[in-house]
Amino acid sequence: MERGVFAQLFVTFGIISLMAIGGATAVVPEVHRQMVDVLSWMDAPTFARLFAIAQTAPGPNVMIASILGWHVAGTPGLLVATAAFMLPSSLLALACSRGLQRFSGNRMVQVTTLALVPIALGLMLASGIVAALAADAGLVGFAITAATMVVTYRSKVNPLVPMALGTVAYVALWSVGLA
Amino acid sequence: MTTLETATDTARPTLPALFTGFLKIGMMGFGGVGPVARHIIVAERNWLDDRGYAELMGICQALPGANTVNAAVMLGDRFRGAVGALTCVFALMAMPLLSLVAIANLYDAVSNHPLAQVALTGAAASAAGLILGTAARLLSHAGLARWAWIMAAAAFLAVGILRLPMLPALLVLVPLSLAAATLGARRI
Repeated sequence: MERGVFAQLFVTFGIISLMAIGGATAVVPEVHRQMVDVLSWMDAPTFARLFAIAQTAPGPNVMIASILGWHVAGTPGLLVATAAFMLPSSLLALACSRGLQRFSGNRMVQVTTLALVPIALGLMLASGIVAALAADAGLVGFAITAATMVVTYRSKVNPLVPMALGTVAYVALWSVGLA
Repeated sequence: MTTLETATDTARPTLPALFTGFLKIGMMGFGGVGPVARHIIVAERNWLDDRGYAELMGICQALPGANTVNAAVMLGDRFRGAVGALTCVFALMAMPLLSLVAIANLYDAVSNHPLAQVALTGAAASAAGLILGTAARLLSHAGLARWAWIMAAAAFLAVGILRLPMLPALLVLVPLSLAAATLGARRI
């Protein structure tokens, strides 16, 4: 059973690793689908909360895999999910690093980037929608999401600032009985 | 590419230097490692010049996975081979993972408290807004061509609204986008 969980974590995050166009933020919908719908390892609000915690931690955003692995199977789960999420894409990066030094495929890189940027941005937007719905925070929650979105869009403050403000605002609204 | 290699050959960073550099990138990247990575790699350690860094990031962005992780792999490998790549990735992830374990344990301790539940729900709603705002800003600054807007919309609809599995969606979208980009690039 335990073994099965680790193997499943490794396979699931290993496959998702190669879909992370433009970084881990792109694959939130797929990770959500796997964790909540396919594997039934957690409900949507738990997913949204763990995702929020991963956003507040320092470091690369691959740590969404780490915290989900931790939730499913503790520290060993964290290590397995992190390694699985990083390994395939890192091996690809290693291969490209060596290949490109030989062939100098500058043109190919340019066209690939040109093709992947719009997909990455569309997926990022999808991630935001999926995370907003998973949060399950009602109308006030959507208002907080919208406000955080506007602040992030308009100013270049550290992302932790709008996140902290949004959290405080939600708690304040809840304490007066609005949320 | 050749000028870049000769420039770095004279001052090839050692494994300990790579380790401390990426340890610092991992530690300082609260709310995103991108800007910190650039500062340490270019300004502080002189591992790459601005052009070399832009080139590296260009390749990283064309690859799946986090940009900083890919940059750690590629820089480590370029300077010190596979051991260098492993060193950089390990250094980059060490502190963030330790702090994540601490945060996760804190979450475990408080998550049953009603107020903590409320705060976490608020944080989840805010985190979603953060992603949406970042995506909106990047979209508005990307200067996408019309075909690229269509690809972005298709990816958003397929995965965000229709909730299709991502792998088959990408297997359709990526080749289409590559074809469009190739045609578009030829026209310029």
